[in-house]
Amino acid sequence: MEALEAVILTIITASTPLLLAATGELVTERSGVLNLGVEGMMIMGAVCSFAAAYTTGSALLGILVGLYAGVATSMLFAFLTQTLMTSQVATGLSLTLLGLGLSGLIGEGFTGLPGEKLESIHIPLLTDIPFIGPILFGQDILVYISLALIAAVSYVLFRTRIGLVINAVGNNHHSAHALGYGVIRVRYACIAFGGACSGLAGAYLALAYTPQWIENMSAGRGWIALALVVFSTWLPGRLLIGAYLFGTVWIMGLYVQGLGVGIPSQLLSSLPYLVTIVVLVIISGNRSLIRMNTPAMIGQPFAPER
Amino acid sequence: MSVGAMGSDNGNGAAAGAYILEARNIVKLFGDLRANDDIDLSLKPGEIHALLGENGAGKSTLVKIIYGALQPTSGTLFWGAAPVTISNPAAARELGIGMVFQHFSLFDALTVTQNIALALKGERDLKALAGRIETVSADYGLPLRPGALVADLSVGERQRIEVVRCLLQEPRLLILDEPTAVLTPQEADQLFVTLERLAGEGCAVLYISHRLEEVKRLCHDATILRLGRLVARVDPQQESAASLARHMIGTDVAALQSGSGAATGAPLLELAGLSMPTDDPFGVALKSIDLAVRSGEIVAIAGVAGNGQSELFDAISGERTSKSADAVKLAGAPCGRETITQRRRRDAAFVPEERVGHAAIADLPLSENLVLTHHAVGNDVVRHGLINRGAAKDVMARVAEHYDVRKNLADPEASALSGGNLQKFVVGREMTRRPRILVVHQPTWGVDAGAAAFIRQSLVDMARSGSAVLMISQDLDEIFEIADRIAVISRGELSEAYPAGELSPERIGLLMAGTHERAGRDVEHGAEA
Repeated sequence: MEALEAVILTIITASTPLLLAATGELVTERSGVLNLGVEGMMIMGAVCSFAAAYTTGSALLGILVGLYAGVATSMLFAFLTQTLMTSQVATGLSLTLLGLGLSGLIGEGFTGLPGEKLESIHIPLLTDIPFIGPILFGQDILVYISLALIAAVSYVLFRTRIGLVINAVGNNHHSAHALGYGVIRVRYACIAFGGACSGLAGAYLALAYTPQWIENMSAGRGWIALALVVFSTWLPGRLLIGAYLFGTVWIMGLYVQGLGVGIPSQLLSSLPYLVTIVVLVIISGNRSLIRMNTPAMIGQPFAPER
Repeated sequence: MSVGAMGSDNGNGAAAGAYILEARNIVKLFGDLRANDDIDLSLKPGEIHALLGENGAGKSTLVKIIYGALQPTSGTLFWGAAPVTISNPAAARELGIGMVFQHFSLFDALTVTQNIALALKGERDLKALAGRIETVSADYGLPLRPGALVADLSVGERQRIEVVRCLLQEPRLLILDEPTAVLTPQEADQLFVTLERLAGEGCAVLYISHRLEEVKRLCHDATILRLGRLVARVDPQQESAASLARHMIGTDVAALQSGSGAATGAPLLELAGLSMPTDDPFGVALKSIDLAVRSGEIVAIAGVAGNGQSELFDAISGERTSKSADAVKLAGAPCGRETITQRRRRDAAFVPEERVGHAAIADLPLSENLVLTHHAVGNDVVRHGLINRGAAKDVMARVAEHYDVRKNLADPEASALSGGNLQKFVVGREMTRRPRILVVHQPTWGVDAGAAAFIRQSLVDMARSGSAVLMISQDLDEIFEIADRIAVISRGELSEAYPAGELSPERIGLLMAGTHERAGRDVEHGAEA
């Protein structure tokens, strides 16, 4: 029982940063923008949040700074792609490269220092319930934020006018423009939301997952988050399942490794990536499903007629 | 203010307040081009007013100015009796001006209700809106299911969304741009009933069309533009279609020379049991299509857009290959599995519907666009695997000259041409090869009357010189003008090809709607019960 509890707790820890980053990217892509810079925004969030938390001694302040670092990085992307009309793919890729490099520079003085750990919440009685208590009521605040965010995104996208406009812009920006909606403005906002979420994911890595700064500590999670968005066919419910499925496979790989089963460790650590590829291939088999849910304008620049 | 000859006619005696909208001395310059040159237009409440003109006559510019999408260089708009500045479409809607565009501004992946909600600012209660959509649409005879996805609707139904969207805003002026181009005759009739009722309620209607019979039937008044200038204001009831056309074009439209004695020979294009599933949720599957087009004849395929025309075109051209080689035969040779280039080498040529993005690449110069379909079929544009730019430019120049493609540069990018001119280029590009088999999809879509007549004449001449011509078109007038035999496509099924003389537009309308099938099914169903 205790072993299972430990497994579940680590699965939640592994899944949360993926869920956070993917939630943001889902909204960005719903508005028709493909931001491949998730990894870069995430690592910028991580290094800035660590630096802020270490300097001030406040993990909560660290979260906030991580969020803003993500937004700031995403605004660079937004300015280049939405205002200057650069290619989204190329700009997103360079954003990732920039983020990885810049974060290494900023974080140089922080490498190896003991950081501020984001405390788990403790509700008397509830958290003390065996097994269920620590899992449901003993997480840190970012875990709850990640779950609340995906629920909120689902509600906003499918139940509110703002969500309708975001979907409309992503489905056909010419029509949205003709009806008088500010396509570029909506996209700026969605890119900023994506940046904020990636920043939070980074903060989670540097404050909760491993409370210290390690260069390249995002370790490809930004790319996993991007794959998860496609995996989910842009549906928030599936995204939640996907993030936790991936986290589970990842952690199970580590445990199996620990048990000393005779499978090469390289194979086990590549398992989550293999599972992602397999799932993507299976999903891609149903092209009509993808076609129905894909934001039709994804990756296409929009320049209003003058 | 100086009053021109036309202006005095309009303002003569009528109190300014009698008009809902008046445009006076509208001038719009695009660089050196005078898109609108001192145009007057006035509309009374309850009047259906036709705006006629060829492509490039300035209709769209004028309408965009009224709808607030463009600002006039000079001139004034009056709404009621008061001068107004309509700075954007939202302001126009605020005044009570609604517009149904030729290219719909709809969202495929959203429902009817969501689409309409997006156009109505401050509409929050989607359930209540769905109820209103149902009431209004039923009331005006334009039935709509509020919960349906736009992607699942026919083009006619999509247009209804646009019309109902305007109606919900209780417009005082409704502008329609070529509304019947995408409708079956029956659907068009239904639209006319709606417009007449709307006019009866006091709404003014500005009706842009090039179908002159329709204008004669529906409109009370007509303003005719040519090359940016107002050339006439006439009562369409007092005019003939020919006299209206003369005003529009300035000369008589050349009557089609059909060159009688259509000696038809061996079948050159044969389809046998051509079936093709669709992997596109918005697409149409082809169901066991049989057709033979013989040398010397034009066979037309009529049908409402979205019934499998594009899929059929792709299957014939080889953009999608069939499982069975025998499903498509060109000049007797089974080629169902061959690629488009292999089929071109069998002396077949294909002109798809979409000019930009399918028939031509917007950013490439015309000469390179020419290479794209000529690279494997002679003309020396490709020698030993290398492009001969000089030869490509020569052929392109010949096409441009012969098919009257008007361009500003020697070799402009495709996107620099107007729609009609690019259409003449993509049709001419294939015809210049003098193929034995020619398949064209919507050959005169958005082309002005003069150019359309020219393209049709070229198609007829091709057939009379012994080629087999297959034309997929939604324009019934065009089909009746040049086709020897007519087949109708409906939901991926093709009817038999009937000699043109044996079919009436009404009969085609029924075949288009697939009514005969549905009636048949109902009978079966009744028998079972």
